[in-house]
This record gives sequence, C-alpha cells and structure tokens, in this order.
Amino acid sequence: MQVQLSHPSRTIEIKGPKKAKDLFKELNLVVEAHLIIRGDELVTEDEMLYDQDQIEIRPVISGGT
Amino acid sequence: MIDLPRHNAAFCKGCFNVYVHDQVSRAIKSERMFGKDDRILVAVSGGKDSLALWDILLKMGYKADALYVNLGIGGYSDVSHAKVVKFSETVASPHGAVLHVHTVEQEAGAGIKELAMLIHRPTCSTCGTIKRYQFNRVALEHKYDVMATGHNLDDEAARLLGNVLRWQEEYLDKQSPSLPASLDGFAKKVKPLFRLSERELAAYSVLNRIDYIVEECPMAKGARTLLYKEVLNRLETESPGTKQAFYCGFLDKQRKPEVSPTTMAEKDQAMLHPCSVCQQPTTAEVCSYCKMMARAKTHSV
Ligand code: SF4
Ligand SMILES: [Zn+2]
Ligand SMILES: [Zn+2]
Repeated sequence: MQVQLSHPSRTIEIKGPKKAKDLFKELNLVVEAHLIIRGDELVTEDEMLYDQDQIEIRPVISGGT
Repeated sequence: MIDLPRHNAAFCKGCFNVYVHDQVSRAIKSERMFGKDDRILVAVSGGKDSLALWDILLKMGYKADALYVNLGIGGYSDVSHAKVVKFSETVASPHGAVLHVHTVEQEAGAGIKELAMLIHRPTCSTCGTIKRYQFNRVALEHKYDVMATGHNLDDEAARLLGNVLRWQEEYLDKQSPSLPASLDGFAKKVKPLFRLSERELAAYSVLNRIDYIVEECPMAKGARTLLYKEVLNRLETESPGTKQAFYCGFLDKQRKPEVSPTTMAEKDQAMLHPCSVCQQPTTAEVCSYCKMMARAKTHSV
C-alpha cells in the first residue's frame, strides 16, 4: 500500500494486509499524535489496511510558539 | 469511525460531533465564557483548531465572526488565507457570520519577517505582538463581547507542564481558559476548546470536511512546546486520560480555596492518637504495623 507521510512530505510503500495499529508500531509513531486517513474516511487502530489502499498518516500536533 | 482511547470508545461521525459539541458546551458553561446573545470574535489562522472552533460555535447557534491576520509569509500566508476565505464563504456566510482580515504588509509596508529584522526582534515575538494588537483593536472597534482562540487540551497541558517544570507560578494564574475583560477596555478572552485534544480536533475537521492548512508556519520552531507535547502524548498512549487529568485537575485546584499547611497539620493532629498496642501515633485503634504483625503471628502458627 502507498503511505503518505508529512514533515517532510514523502510517500512510502508498505506490504499489506496489516492492522493500522501495527503500521504505527512499524513506523514507530505515537497514535495520539496522528490520524490515519483512507480516502476521506478515518481509520481506527483495529482496522485492516490492504495492498490496494492509499493511506495518509497525518500528524496532528502543531508547534505553535 | 474514530477511536478515543481516553473514553474507551469508538464513535461514528454523528456521535463524534455530538461528543465534540458537548465538550465545548461544558467548557463554555463551567468557565462562564459567553451566552447566546454575546458577540464573539474568533481568531482564525487557517489551521484545524481555529477553523474547527468557528465551525462548532456557528453550528451551536452562537454569534461568531472571525479575524484573520495575513502575516505576509510567502506561500504559507497565501494558502492559509485562501483556506480561511473558502471556509468563510462556504460555511460561515450562510450562518450570517463575517470575516475580518488584517494584512500586515498593507499597514507596515513589509511582511512579518522583514519587519522583525528591521526592529531586531525574533519573528514570533513580533508576530505575537501584532496579532494580539489587531485582535484587540478589531474587538473594540466592532464592539465584540468576547475574543475566542482555538487553544486545545494539548496546547494548555504543554504550557502548564512548562510552567510547572520551572515553577513559574506567576504564569499559572494566567492559564485560565477564561480571562475577564480588563479595566483598560480589552475584551474578555476565552479558549472554548480546552477540553478537546489536538487529535480530536483534527478528526473533527477531517470528518466535517473542513479544509485546513496541514503544514505549519515555516517560522514555527517551538521545539520546547513540541517536546512537551511529545512527552505528554507518550504518557497519554500508555495511560489514556493523563492530559485531561493533568490540566483539568489544575483548573479544579485553582477554583478551590487552598488548604493552608497549618490547618492540614492541625487536622492530622486531631485525628492521631496512640496505638493501643505499641503507643506510636495512628488514626486507627491499632496501628497498621501492629495489625500486620498480629496477622503474621496468627498465620505462622
Ligand atoms: S510560528 Fe511565529 S511567525 Fe508563525 S504564526 Fe506562529 S508566532 Fe507567527
Ligand atoms: Zn454513532
Ligand atoms: Zn499603540
């Protein structure tokens, strides 16, 4: 599956099928700081992601001042 | 669907919106922020929090207009400005709401970066001064009752952590999500999103198709804030509810009058008396040490 990441913006290829939770672990990302978006739907931690999916992992934490 | 570990639940879009509005309504009531007749000015940046705030207040039936300050930071300002205008036209206008815009370049003749260089100040502190000033000016000129900002639970918990780590007690008083109008004519300042986490607000924006700017202001190098947020989110992942307990617990404590150390000592003394077995002070008839030893003896036989 194609996974789009930010900061810096890049796309990586990950082998599916895979639970969203495990994708976070594999990429060493904290759940509380990100959303997983598939199309225009949010994906929960327990959902399965498949090879044909286009996934965006969007960071939600901003630095401010 | 979105899962909210701190509430041990997953919500569909409809129920999640109810949850979000409910949290905002609790914040508004508990901190007495404003009523349905008050005119509110929301500071919007084009980011998720401020646009979500404007959206929520309008959908809850409040009279909320907004102010956007264009800082003149190249592409970032162009994109964020466009997102704010689009939201204003498609969502806010139908509710009868108005968008005010202040463009730094128009008045100062230069963008925020050049301006900061001219006066030898860091960009973000120059920016802060300008945004505060314009927010106040527009609120006074147009007679708004309250100024609202999109600060969320993560912002407030991170700021509290920073202040507590250095025991900057003088700042703690200013961390209330509702600051009264000051004598010199500044309007009241409120933070209606303080009960919602950053992740919840991003989810609200995605679920409600609010088109916000995901990238950050290129000047944002709040390394310290980010570090505090990261630490808090690690704790949150291990034990959901930590951020809320930390910040909302602080607010609860501030509301209650402090128990002075003397009365605490007096209270202790009033409750203590000698253990009937060993004479050491205890609040019970027999102290917990003697109870434990008594039990050990009965079991060893
Ligand atoms: S990061 Fe600095 S320059 Fe950018 S909006 Fe925030 S305060 Fe202003
Ligand atoms: Zn539901
Ligand atoms: Zn002045």
